[in-house]
Amino acid sequence: MTLLIAALVTGIGLGSMYGLIALGFQITYSVSQTVNFAQGSVVMLGAVLGYVFIERLGLNWLIAYPLAILCCGGFGMIVEILLVRPFVERNSEAWLMATVAGGIFLDNAVLFTFGNEPRTLASSLTQSTWQFAGTGIYPQQILVPIAAVGVALALHFLFRKTLQGRALLAVVQNVQAARLMGINTTAMVSGSFALSAMLAGGAGLLIAPLLSVHSDMGTLFGLKAFAVAILGGMTSASGVMLAGFLFGLVEALVTSYLGSSSTYIVVFALVILALTWKPDGLFGRPAVKKV
Amino acid sequence: MQTSRFLSQVTRRALMSGVVGLAVATSLPAFAADTVKIGLVAALSGQSAKSGQAITRGLTIAIDEINAKGGVLGKPIELVSRDDESNPGKGLVAARELVQREGVAAMIGGLDTPVSFAIVPFANQAKVPFVGPWAAGTGITKNGAEENYIFRVSAVDEYVDEAITEYLVANHAVKKPGMILINNPWGESNEKGLTKALEKRGMETAGIEKFESNDVDVVPQLTRLKENGADSLFVVANVAPTAQVIKSLDRMGWDVPLASHWGPSGGRFTELAGKSGEKLHFIQTYLFVEGDAKGEAMFARLQEAFPEIKTMADVTPATGIANSYDAMILLAAAIEKAGSTDGPAIRQAMYEIENIEGLIKTYTDPFSPEDQDAIGPEDYLFAHFVEGQIIPVK
Repeated sequence: MTLLIAALVTGIGLGSMYGLIALGFQITYSVSQTVNFAQGSVVMLGAVLGYVFIERLGLNWLIAYPLAILCCGGFGMIVEILLVRPFVERNSEAWLMATVAGGIFLDNAVLFTFGNEPRTLASSLTQSTWQFAGTGIYPQQILVPIAAVGVALALHFLFRKTLQGRALLAVVQNVQAARLMGINTTAMVSGSFALSAMLAGGAGLLIAPLLSVHSDMGTLFGLKAFAVAILGGMTSASGVMLAGFLFGLVEALVTSYLGSSSTYIVVFALVILALTWKPDGLFGRPAVKKV
Repeated sequence: MQTSRFLSQVTRRALMSGVVGLAVATSLPAFAADTVKIGLVAALSGQSAKSGQAITRGLTIAIDEINAKGGVLGKPIELVSRDDESNPGKGLVAARELVQREGVAAMIGGLDTPVSFAIVPFANQAKVPFVGPWAAGTGITKNGAEENYIFRVSAVDEYVDEAITEYLVANHAVKKPGMILINNPWGESNEKGLTKALEKRGMETAGIEKFESNDVDVVPQLTRLKENGADSLFVVANVAPTAQVIKSLDRMGWDVPLASHWGPSGGRFTELAGKSGEKLHFIQTYLFVEGDAKGEAMFARLQEAFPEIKTMADVTPATGIANSYDAMILLAAAIEKAGSTDGPAIRQAMYEIENIEGLIKTYTDPFSPEDQDAIGPEDYLFAHFVEGQIIPVK
């Protein structure tokens, strides 16, 4: 019983992190059919900037956190302008490699400036635990799923109810038509990259107190989140979020009941099986390509 | 026109042969050089840079001392450093370059076990002694080569595993320890060593669990071990992942005896793990302690050579400094005894070293063809962090 509860607590915590980061992939993919493969590195950037603003510059977290998230958004726009747009304009798929390279560049730039020692971003929500059913939970761990679900709902609201959101959806449906209707599609694509990076940066800030802050902390998250985004179907925000929870829960349950040596073998085998069964993801719609 | 083309071809050919000649000349060992070159291959950048810095510091102090006394074979020692960035491929390229281009008499280095494994076959083939001041993988020195040129002044996984098992049995009377190991070759190496140490005592393990260096949450693995009846834990991982184990234990509210390899000593462990990090006891080969004359003299020399060192906390990991200092002193003694910079002669002389005063201990017959490790389990210390400093366990 303890094993099951411990696995559920861990699984929901991990799953919501994956979902949050994967939403970033989903947003840019929906708008422009491109993704920022540096997403994992942006998770790290958020955490590192949070640490620098709070611990080194002594800013209040109320200023430091939004500032860090804004900086991540700026980075997302730079990625779009420098590493995606030039290739998309020439109908090249090289943005794929360019964004991977951007992530490696960012990791190493941070390693060079921030240093090679892992540091701690303290949070009052990890100082004590709540004990129950033979296991425990940090309040910070509860914050992550709440934030993730909140963000998913906010995105839903943004897309359906606001003018900007509807404009984004219009771009998703037909770029040419959207442009003719006077929607600035270039700005919309840039904005989607900024939003995506802000989500990743926010996830980094949420994870940092549970992990340690260092230059390669985001790599594995980025990779798993991409698997989650594909699994969720790339086009549906709620699908991606659900896939995140599913991935996290399966990961924790496999580790608990089969042992950690088999975790990744089983989890990724399941991902492959799931995609063979439903190539457009568990919750995605088949993509219609007009020729 | 014809003549000028002919001339230009001749000049080009002459230039080319000059370049080739120059390359050949520089790739030959520097027999007539006025220094004895020693190569260093270690991670000087990246996650392990702080440990690489400790190695460089230890070597610098040793070389300064040796050169102040006239060097070896009447020549000063010159250190030629190469950064392997913890990458086995880069380590091997650096080792080749040091031997073939720089003509080093011997090499010191290999911070990461995989990098050392990459260099070992080359060093044996090139017949150039390679002394390890850090990487603890058992198979580095026990590599099965007929003529083994690999020596080590550092901890050895197999011995460490024996020592931490003995520590838990002797101090906590444990019966069923669990293992929580990092999922890489270092973790594997210790899985073997720990299993062997437990088998020797007829003990069983509560389980062997692995985790990744960026895992946020190790609770599922630890809960499994707890449910299987673990009464203590072996931890093998570097600073940040070990801190994740401690945080997960905290979250579970599980207070259990912990014995660890030396991973946590390489960084700000208690900042990452919190106060509970002090409960983790780990292996060291050397510690600077107040009141120890030899250590204090070394600390003063370090401060003089590296003004950025202010307190004892700035010379972590002390193990890296001490191991590399002793490695250099032993190597210099062997070169002097060999009477040449010839690899096979130095190797032979390594077996004949007697009474060399190092920082860790006085070395009497430190190496033999059967055991090329200068430091054994009897030299290990158990330590833990207290207020950010590593101090011996009382």
